[in-house]
Amino acid sequence: MSNPGIPKTYKLFIGGKFPRTESGRILEVTGPKGEFLANASRASRKDFRNSVVAARKASGSWAGTTAYLKGQILYRIAEVLDGRKDQFVKEMSLLGVSSKSAMEDVVASIDLLVHYAGWSDKYQQLFSSVNPVSSPHFNFSLPEPSGVVGVVAPSDGSLAGLVSAMAPIVVGGNAAVVLLSGNPLSAISFAEVLATSDVPGGVINILTGLRSELVPEFARHMDVNALLLCSDDAEERKNTELEAVENLKRVVLSPDKALTQSPYHICDFQEIKTTWHPVGV
Amino acid sequence: MSANDFLSGGFAAAPESSDHFEIKKSYDLFIDGKWVKAPKQFETINPATDEVISRVGFAGKKEINQAVKGARKAYDSVWSKMPPAERGKYLFRIARLIQERAREFAVVESMDGGKPIRESRDVDVPLAAAHFFYHAGWADKLKYAFPGAEVSSIGVVGQVIPWNFPLLMAAWKIAPALACGNTVVLKPAETTPLTALKLAELIQDAGLPPGVVNIVSGAGDTGQALVRHPDVDKVAFTGSTAVGKAIRRSVAGTGKRFTLELGGKAANIVFEDAPINEAVEGIVNGIFFNQGHVCCAGSRLFVQESIADKVIKKLKKRIESLVIGNPLDKNTDIGAINSGEQLARIKNLVKVGKDEGACIWQPSGGVPRKGNWFKPTLFTQCAQSHRIVQEEVFGPVLAIQTFRTPQEAIAKANNTPYGLSGGVWTDKGSKIFKMTTGLNAGVVWANTFNKFDPSSPFGGYKESGIGREGGLHGLSAYCQLSH
Repeated sequence: MSNPGIPKTYKLFIGGKFPRTESGRILEVTGPKGEFLANASRASRKDFRNSVVAARKASGSWAGTTAYLKGQILYRIAEVLDGRKDQFVKEMSLLGVSSKSAMEDVVASIDLLVHYAGWSDKYQQLFSSVNPVSSPHFNFSLPEPSGVVGVVAPSDGSLAGLVSAMAPIVVGGNAAVVLLSGNPLSAISFAEVLATSDVPGGVINILTGLRSELVPEFARHMDVNALLLCSDDAEERKNTELEAVENLKRVVLSPDKALTQSPYHICDFQEIKTTWHPVGV
Repeated sequence: MSANDFLSGGFAAAPESSDHFEIKKSYDLFIDGKWVKAPKQFETINPATDEVISRVGFAGKKEINQAVKGARKAYDSVWSKMPPAERGKYLFRIARLIQERAREFAVVESMDGGKPIRESRDVDVPLAAAHFFYHAGWADKLKYAFPGAEVSSIGVVGQVIPWNFPLLMAAWKIAPALACGNTVVLKPAETTPLTALKLAELIQDAGLPPGVVNIVSGAGDTGQALVRHPDVDKVAFTGSTAVGKAIRRSVAGTGKRFTLELGGKAANIVFEDAPINEAVEGIVNGIFFNQGHVCCAGSRLFVQESIADKVIKKLKKRIESLVIGNPLDKNTDIGAINSGEQLARIKNLVKVGKDEGACIWQPSGGVPRKGNWFKPTLFTQCAQSHRIVQEEVFGPVLAIQTFRTPQEAIAKANNTPYGLSGGVWTDKGSKIFKMTTGLNAGVVWANTFNKFDPSSPFGGYKESGIGREGGLHGLSAYCQLSH
């Protein structure tokens, strides 16, 4: 008798836990021939607000975590993901992705994590300055994390798309709430990687759901400091910018595909703080 | 005898003269290197005397179109193609010309805006020149500013500036834009257009190619036409948060770049181990500099409970000695409120402060009968929810609160939608860094306040704005980076 296995329940990832959506709604995930694969959660606006609360709670201590430790935690995510490569490839195959492309996607994700792990204690040096003011003061400018950042990840559902959007934000000391609108299975499996990689609960929260329902809420929320929107839809971009005005949320618009690796993506979610002090006795 | 008696009796009037330069009866718009008549004009008034100083052009849609067209032509045909080092030379020349005509600019600034001549002479004008000098040097060095990225210019920049530092804001806006290879259409504030229009004369003297800088006076509609113009590639605005949000809305979906420098409600935090006399000077400078018409003004004072009585007593004594009056007098500490409209706004919020139950204190002396004046004002017994604690007054009004622990000070200081600046006073180094790290603000002064420098980035967190101006970090606002 063959072993039927135990199909996984795909849930949300909020505050380090895996809750079902409070709304009780699902998004049915099917394979290439239309066969049933899973019931993913269709996150609600309330789930999003709960995620922001979790992210805000985590953001202070994550921002204060040493650069060295942040780098090690990102590297740890890469290590754990590397150990589970096959699981991701298998899962993507069910969705109709060829094993070769699936493996490329996972390896690209691992490479991105290693790349950004290395930035954790370098971008501050590269993008800070000591300013030669014409008065007897010592004056310097440093990047600081924006705070809580919403991430509307590329809609192709690729793991590298998610990681390329999330990693620069998180290595920069922000807490993130990520929305996956495409095929969300690998995103939730990735949350299992995060949960076992010493990432403090709430630093990365992952929701699966519909853009039309959740993106306006990402844009409107008054306790979200910045938003990355990966989108090619001109109307979605404009509406998001408009909805984000009330708290002058920083909105970064990016094409609907994986981001190239660059420290400037870290800078997009930093604020520059300048400090003055007199020099004298 | 009050502390003031000896001052009002002791200092002879020492007004700056205004007979060594010309203020024309009227100024046209500076478009494409020429002075263009506007269909309408409006008066610009000396807020200290209510006298009309001059008349200036009111630019409408047609004139804005002309100016943007001029800027586009100059960008395409001259400015974006010029070797960067040559661009820099023009900026150096402008800096020099400002230095040469510094006294004239200072006097006109004080006449048009009401600020004490000591401030326009020692702060506004020298800093304006310094901004051109600093950015001049960047013109041919931009490739070193952004590691690993390719730098190019953006195009035509539309800039709208406020009335509190008219010439200085023009310099903050124009210098980096030009250094990075962009051309400019700048709209000065309605109540303070004169130094910007005089800057246009000076720019002509510098031989800048026509259209590289266009200066168009007007009112809110003029600014709106400028930021909404489809051929403007970037908008830079300094002003109120409400207008900033409206501008943010109007650029949504257009792909236009933008920077916003908006309001503030800075916390100035004084610990019991602070150098008290220096702190009192810092508090006075923080809130009464430029009559409190400063977006980064230290308008909320937090004093540690143990020293609150002492600090407030010293503060009142110091305020009694401030000289209020003729902005052109070199003894003057507090000049005129910029406009009748702003005076009404201040009076209204002060009334609300009293109605909400805070205790008001003002010094004993009087104010001149003509013109717009408001005495330096303290409020004690303030609650976090009071409007004078939450809202930007943009006048010489200080809301005082107390705290016990550093954590409490940070929590109260950050309890505002603004995040432009902050101040910390303590002799303990580790406490300084704890506090400056904890404050959500773009500029933090420790044991000093209201210091500015072209090499020092300026700009806000949260609803105080988006982007930085000045320094290395301000350059990116005027450059296109590919990476």
